[in-house]
Amino acid sequence: MYSQFVDTGAQGKSTGQDASEQERAFQARIDEGISIEPKDWMPEKYRKTLVRQISQHAHSEIVGMLPEGNWITRAPSLRRKLILLAKVQDEAGHGLYLYSAAETLGASRDELLDALHEGRAKYSSIFNYPTLTWADIGAIGWLVDGAAIMNQVPLCRCSYGPYARAMVRVCKEESFHQRQGYELLLEMVNGTDDQKAMAQDALNRWWWPSLMMFGPADGDSIHTQQSMAWKIKRHTNDELRQRFIDQTVPQAHYLGLEIPDPDLRWNEETGHYDIGEINWDEFWNVVNGNGPCNRERLAARRKAYEDGAWVREAAQAYADKQQQRRAAA
Amino acid sequence: MSKDWPLWEVFIRSKHGLSHKHVGSIHATDAEMAMNNARDVYTRRNEGASIWVVPSAQIVSSAPGDKEMLFDPSNDKVYRHPTFYEVPSDVENM
Repeated sequence: MYSQFVDTGAQGKSTGQDASEQERAFQARIDEGISIEPKDWMPEKYRKTLVRQISQHAHSEIVGMLPEGNWITRAPSLRRKLILLAKVQDEAGHGLYLYSAAETLGASRDELLDALHEGRAKYSSIFNYPTLTWADIGAIGWLVDGAAIMNQVPLCRCSYGPYARAMVRVCKEESFHQRQGYELLLEMVNGTDDQKAMAQDALNRWWWPSLMMFGPADGDSIHTQQSMAWKIKRHTNDELRQRFIDQTVPQAHYLGLEIPDPDLRWNEETGHYDIGEINWDEFWNVVNGNGPCNRERLAARRKAYEDGAWVREAAQAYADKQQQRRAAA
Repeated sequence: MSKDWPLWEVFIRSKHGLSHKHVGSIHATDAEMAMNNARDVYTRRNEGASIWVVPSAQIVSSAPGDKEMLFDPSNDKVYRHPTFYEVPSDVENM
């Protein structure tokens, strides 16, 4: 869901008669649970889909630093500032693990970044919402990182080795992200009335966008089938979304906060929570570049990249000079 | 558009007494920067007692197609394993 709409180049899945012998052998290997490694033969569509998925995931980690970075200088205590700094630094690290995994498929780091900066690549819709108050930092950790973990844990068993291994590292680190967010909100709901109201307001604004992180409903998710056959997606969007809801609603109750959904009901029969209608118009609007912060996020990324150009050039020039000196000596 | 800095593979020894293990890769212009970047990216939680960085271009690796040629010959040499040999159960400490 950090990669919400990965085009597999095919609707449905192709394992039928038209598959070549090589493709069938490849699928058989995946069905057996043998992981695919960079030098192994793979169908071109598998490679392309993975590059798209892993790079969307990486871009999400990188762009995801922006909403939180916004609050580093305004954290209310040194403890909170240290935690937030460490978390944002982790997100950068996660982006780098993922770019590194994408590069094992022959992608170039610079090309992936260019695609992001030119608006050709997607990243998770969630990061196009603004962080208006300090409580938003808590809501992001609790909900956004919670949703991310829900998605990433199954990916630790995905078919592509380098991606799976990157996910293992990410998941190990991510759990503190969610807990620090929940702890932050717990402190606020036990504070003044204003602080509690601020926490409720954050939940009101982040709840629905967090549910949208899991991507379109299964009926509208045309690439799910192929991705599941390839085991680069292990559960459908709706399955993961439901798990997230079931896990999160009681956590909200513990905080004494109300989920902003009048239709939310516990369903005795299914053993799950039923929710109201997700505003899919809003989702597609954000995905297509018209969320509250899409332009601002991309502009911030571009500026950071351009402002760093002289550093990259200087480092390269220094390395070249040192190499020439060694060659001459 | 700039061009990618060289790619380096990163190996970390997590504890003394263990071997270095491949953990991923990073980009850097030279060895010193590769070491610094590897530290920042792969050892934020005390995972490392030692780091190796190796230019990716310098790594020679076997091809999946050579798997049979390389590894099958050892497959049928069961006599290299201790279980191949029968030792009477009365004989101890072997």
